[in-house]
Amino acid sequence: MYELAYDLIIILLKIFAILIPLMTAVAYLTYAERRLIGFMQVRIGPNRVGFFGFRMFGLGQPIADAVKLMFKEIVMPAEANRYLFVIAPILAIAPALAAWAVVPFGDGLVLADINAGLLYILALTSLGVYGVIIAGWASNSKYAFLGAMRSAAQIVSYEIAMGFALVGVLMAAHSLNLREIVLQQSGGFWHWYWLPLLPLFMVYLISGVAETNRAPFDVAEGESEIVAGFHVEYSGMLFAVFFLAEYANIILISMLTVLMFWGGWLSPFEGIPLLGAATAWIPGIFWLVMKTFFFMFCFLWFRATFPRYRYDQIMRLGWKVLIPVTIVWLVVLAVAIVAKLPPWFG
Amino acid sequence: MINFTMPDFTQAYPEMFVLAMTCVILILDQFLSDARRSITYYLTQLTVIVAAVLTFNQFGTDTVVTFSGMFVNDSMSVLLKLAMYVVMIGIFLYSRAYLTKRGLLKGEYYALGLFGMMGMMVMISAHNFLTIYLGLELLSLSMYALVAYDRDSMVASESAMKYFVLGAIASGMLLYGMSMLYGANGTLDISAINDSINSGTASKQIQAFGLVFIIVGLAFKLGAVPFHMWLPDIYHGSPTSVTLYIASAPKIAAFAMVMRLLVETMPGLQSDWQTMLIMLAVLSMAIGNVIAIAQTNLKRMLAYSTISHVGFILLGIIAADKAGYSAAMFYTITYAITSLGAFGVIILMSRNGFEADQLDDYKGLNQRNPWYAFVMLILMFSMAGVPPTVGFFAKLWVLEAVINNDMTWLAIVAVFFSVIGAFYYIRMVKLMYFDAPEDEQVLEGSADMRLALSLNGIVVLGLGLFPGSLMALCVAALA
Amino acid sequence: MGFEKIIFYFFAAILVVSALRVITVRNTVHAALFLVLAFFTTAALWLMLEAEFLAMTLVLVYVGAVMVLFLFVVMMLDIDVSVLRAGFTRYLPVGATVAVVVIIEMSYFLLGGFDNSKFTPVKHGVEYSNTRAIGNVLYTDYLFVFEIAAVILLLAIVAAISLTLRKRKDTRYQTPGNQVKVRKSDRIRIVKDMDTES
Repeated sequence: MYELAYDLIIILLKIFAILIPLMTAVAYLTYAERRLIGFMQVRIGPNRVGFFGFRMFGLGQPIADAVKLMFKEIVMPAEANRYLFVIAPILAIAPALAAWAVVPFGDGLVLADINAGLLYILALTSLGVYGVIIAGWASNSKYAFLGAMRSAAQIVSYEIAMGFALVGVLMAAHSLNLREIVLQQSGGFWHWYWLPLLPLFMVYLISGVAETNRAPFDVAEGESEIVAGFHVEYSGMLFAVFFLAEYANIILISMLTVLMFWGGWLSPFEGIPLLGAATAWIPGIFWLVMKTFFFMFCFLWFRATFPRYRYDQIMRLGWKVLIPVTIVWLVVLAVAIVAKLPPWFG
Repeated sequence: MINFTMPDFTQAYPEMFVLAMTCVILILDQFLSDARRSITYYLTQLTVIVAAVLTFNQFGTDTVVTFSGMFVNDSMSVLLKLAMYVVMIGIFLYSRAYLTKRGLLKGEYYALGLFGMMGMMVMISAHNFLTIYLGLELLSLSMYALVAYDRDSMVASESAMKYFVLGAIASGMLLYGMSMLYGANGTLDISAINDSINSGTASKQIQAFGLVFIIVGLAFKLGAVPFHMWLPDIYHGSPTSVTLYIASAPKIAAFAMVMRLLVETMPGLQSDWQTMLIMLAVLSMAIGNVIAIAQTNLKRMLAYSTISHVGFILLGIIAADKAGYSAAMFYTITYAITSLGAFGVIILMSRNGFEADQLDDYKGLNQRNPWYAFVMLILMFSMAGVPPTVGFFAKLWVLEAVINNDMTWLAIVAVFFSVIGAFYYIRMVKLMYFDAPEDEQVLEGSADMRLALSLNGIVVLGLGLFPGSLMALCVAALA
Repeated sequence: MGFEKIIFYFFAAILVVSALRVITVRNTVHAALFLVLAFFTTAALWLMLEAEFLAMTLVLVYVGAVMVLFLFVVMMLDIDVSVLRAGFTRYLPVGATVAVVVIIEMSYFLLGGFDNSKFTPVKHGVEYSNTRAIGNVLYTDYLFVFEIAAVILLLAIVAAISLTLRKRKDTRYQTPGNQVKVRKSDRIRIVKDMDTES
């Protein structure tokens, strides 16, 4: 009995060890977004709120925002479906957090080292859309509903491409286990899967942006056309939960991209005569986080750079470009694997 | 680690060829203009013919079970497939004229038709419940789509919907029955289930329970009373080119399915399914023949006639011996050919905006065109079972098999109802020969259509005069 | 063992209740959502049987894709439930009688009829990969039916397209190929010195 309780406490501690840094990262990702995009658009961004009277470049902004949202009133639309209205944000954030269970932060540094990790990730990321759909429907508002419909069609379309891209990873690594997938890429920068799976990597990144409903694929929100899409009726903490889910998903997708295509926690200098040995002391998690930061930066960069896609263009890109590309590349990949193409499949 | 023997791919050459050609046709058709659509048609016919040649090469070889027991090639499958190809060629030939006249000629018709044919081939060669089920679904799905093929017709959409819902229920029944048998026997392989039933280790109760659902599913698909309600509506509602399809070739596949599921899988439960089939057969013959009399629409009348013919086919299975099965097989093949011809005549009579599906449309056909009136006469006589057409021998042998198995009462019932049934076939002949024509339009039809239809009538007559060779083939197929 | 049973009954209860709600609830969107819940709990039950591949695929395919489309359609349609419910009381006696008879018959046949000893799930070690095992039989023993299933899916695509695709004349299409091919000279005419020309 004590053993069970002990195990449970350990697992809970591990979960906290993942969630607390994650939540902090989410908070500061919002700050980073505003500052970075401000910088890219030649304006300043939030720079006032600090700690204890010091401005500190506005680093206190996320905390202030969080406090503000917590104390705001939650407004329930009169004709809304109350239960679903409240459940929707929870459905949005639950998969975004649950997916972290199988994400390895280093060799053996993982909450649940399961065999079908890749499938688990794919299954859970596909669930996030329910938050959006239910929120849009339960709000009983036209704009929200439009956003939900757009999101449903978009996510179903891009999930196929995403799944196919991951099939490529599975084929290359011969495993669904994320730890195995990273270890299969060991051998230095040129051994990572971004090179042999370059089209799949691109497709995965693009569908990742689409699955998180981020610009330029943010038609579900579309603040300039359908005001704020699915969460137009949300306020206070319920809105904050959607916000958290979106940014948690960005971090998740960035980290998955790193794990599957950019060698995870492996050092980029591995195998380089002098540099490799000199940097061998750096822990793997450092590389993992640095690489993840890069892709998170990309997400923000995209938002600052690209105009929003029109709805039919999104559909065209998904069905007529990304899916055919993945299918063709799977064939190429299969040939390469059968031919034992060095250095990746030798 | 894996215990696997490489399948004998040569056995599945016809299936593989048809699949490859269907994909080719599907893609090629996208690049054809409407004016050159006939290329699709000729390619489709070529596919069927080459598949027939490939299947014919397997004629007379020993039974081969391959693909890990999923697929069987025996003399029955070869004969049934060959008969089906012949019917399919007729279907594609007749329907071309119909579709062209109505501007419905699109590549999808041929793609769906070939998919359906593949489904039938899979069903005929099935040696596992999974294969039977998937083959059936392949056939059914293409049929649903074909019924709704004329999108602007409300009637067609409605009957497609009915067909789809009832078909799905029937598939569910069949699947449920199969799952029961799987639960009792722990396998889906046909010979393994047969062994398991004979060994008597599995629960008899559950097997009988599963059998009930399988029979219900089969009866739905065959259109046996009391699971026949969908048939007249679908025959009536679909475009005649599709009715032609549904009414002919799939009967052959359905017969194969009955043979595989009942005769090959469950001879150990023969007494159980025999009783159930007797009820289905008697009801089908009674209801089919009696209600057909009340019909004024030819397509509906032929639907009820199909129901009664299904009753007859079931009689052969009920007899439960080699003679009965081969008689049922003979019946099925010849019925498919006769039915093909009857719907062919409807297509020949029809033109754009005029479906020629009312009985009155056939008044005085003899004065308008004696030859096609004669062809229709032969087809009607054959359905009624009048000598010397082939329908007579088909009925005769089925009845003979039943009587030889001490079920004379059943034979008497069958004869009684077929005499009643003869009324509405003969009424058709009366309309054609003794009534004045109401419609003076000259029959239009391409040369190949006229030739094929004439050939169809001659075959029905010729098989009636010389039924021995086909019957010998049927007997040999079940040896 | 006890703990596992508690989890099983927990999920099984949710499954049964949500499956019942699918057919009893009035709102079609709610029905679809209960179906999602039913699929999800089924996946959980499969996980307990160590069928992780099937469980994940169920969530991925049915919950993640099929039901999303389903919801999409159900939300778009304006279904008048009262029309569907018309005649409910009239048909109830017949329907209920048939249902009761079927339930009695089925329980008579099925209770105690199955020999469960044949179907006890085999426990495997951590290294055992369910996915690999399924892949191994799928592409060998079940090759033929697997291919036929693929053909059925192809057929479904062809059928759906042939039934729904309509080229409407008044719809404007974007042709990216032509857009890319456009040259400056196609769109701009440079007029030099307008004054002298006139």
